[in-house]
Amino acid sequence: MPKAIRFEGVSKRFGETIVLDDFDFEVECGEKIAILGPSGSGKSTLLRILMTLEDIDEGTVYLEGEPLWRKHAGHDTLGSKSSDLRRLRGKVGMVFQQFNLFPHMTALQNVAAAPCHVLGQSSDQATKLAKSLLEKVGLADKLHSHPARLSGGQQQRVAIARAMALRPKVMLFDEPTSALDPELVEEVLDVMKALAHETDLTMIVVTHQFGVARAIADRVCFMERGRLVEEGDPAAFFQSPKNDRTRAFLRSVSLA
Amino acid sequence: MTFSFDLIIEFLPVFARGALVTLAATVVGFVFALIVGAVLLALMRTPWGIVRVPSTFFMEFIRSTPLLVQVYFLFFVLPNVGISMPAFLTGVIALGLHHGAYVSETYRAALAAVPKGQWDAAASLNYSRPKAYRHLILPQAVPIVIPALGNTLITMIKDTPILSAITVTELMFVANDIGTQRFQYTEPITFAAVIYLVMSLAAAFAVSWLDRSIRDART
Repeated sequence: MPKAIRFEGVSKRFGETIVLDDFDFEVECGEKIAILGPSGSGKSTLLRILMTLEDIDEGTVYLEGEPLWRKHAGHDTLGSKSSDLRRLRGKVGMVFQQFNLFPHMTALQNVAAAPCHVLGQSSDQATKLAKSLLEKVGLADKLHSHPARLSGGQQQRVAIARAMALRPKVMLFDEPTSALDPELVEEVLDVMKALAHETDLTMIVVTHQFGVARAIADRVCFMERGRLVEEGDPAAFFQSPKNDRTRAFLRSVSLA
Repeated sequence: MTFSFDLIIEFLPVFARGALVTLAATVVGFVFALIVGAVLLALMRTPWGIVRVPSTFFMEFIRSTPLLVQVYFLFFVLPNVGISMPAFLTGVIALGLHHGAYVSETYRAALAAVPKGQWDAAASLNYSRPKAYRHLILPQAVPIVIPALGNTLITMIKDTPILSAITVTELMFVANDIGTQRFQYTEPITFAAVIYLVMSLAAAFAVSWLDRSIRDART
């Protein structure tokens, strides 16, 4: 069985800044990963590469054993057609820090849009699916509300339902609770916990909140300057981090 | 000085016909400008330099030369190369090209005003680019563009007198004609100004109504 995700010697630069530096990383199918690290450490870029929102400068990224990106000496050696990229991209879903809901659509339309437009489902079928997903995230009473009328926590739950509507194998969460008021974190976390414990989704959650990492992750990874510094199961990682830099980071964040 | 309402009443049907020509030139020219703007923007956004560079040059050229010169060019110069069109059609094409060049810029700004996160969301839901434009980006750009297009419409109403220079019998042409016939300019010119004012205000009102009703539908 191929790994859900594999990074092999991946490098990524933005101008002079090295965001990923000869980066190796593997995720098993169904594994739930939390990634911690200071800002600028490459966590979000890692997710954006998997979502094909960014490409890479060097190395290979595999999704379920198939190359998603492959570059050597700056040349694309994959030669993949855009249809291939889109087929692979269809296996991945993403939840953003700023929700990025479509403001001109109701909650129901936000969730039903992609199944209808992208998968070609009938409008009835897509609406039924959207309804059941919104019920699952506890928003059965907000089906016809526009995002402007929803709280941050509600918007993020719609965003999770929207991503799930395409039945992804891999779900990426880019600081999903960072833009929320503290009292709204719980409702989003509950939905993520349900996904983590009740589905065989592969999940990668980039977060600054230890509570989120503890509640969801099988494995916690600490990144700094484009490299993986330390990883381990959550109990061991938070109790007795081995690396000095991890310890310093955990101390600085818990003081904040 | 006395103001003769009798003169205005006497020529009311003539004014009405002139106003109708003004209205027709504005509406047809505006629709043409909307299309020209879209086509121009699409051409300027292609990855092929051979298309992009000439269309960008065209846009800059149109915006940097006076409308009157363009109208004259279409009406007096093109016939020399065998292309001659009726005055009204020529005027409408000139209006549409001239304002279309500005409209393309309006469209560009509206598209840029849609947050980048919307494109990220579209890609994360596996939308192709054309489908993302059609279902997600354009529906958000249209409400942004409406107030600006309203300004274009009003500017175009006020630009139509230029067409009198190529004998389009629009409102200003008619007013001037009445003045010449009776050696009396105060009444026809004043009345023409009032009609332009009414048209502009009506257009402004319609645009703000449209703007408001679109916004209300989205909350």
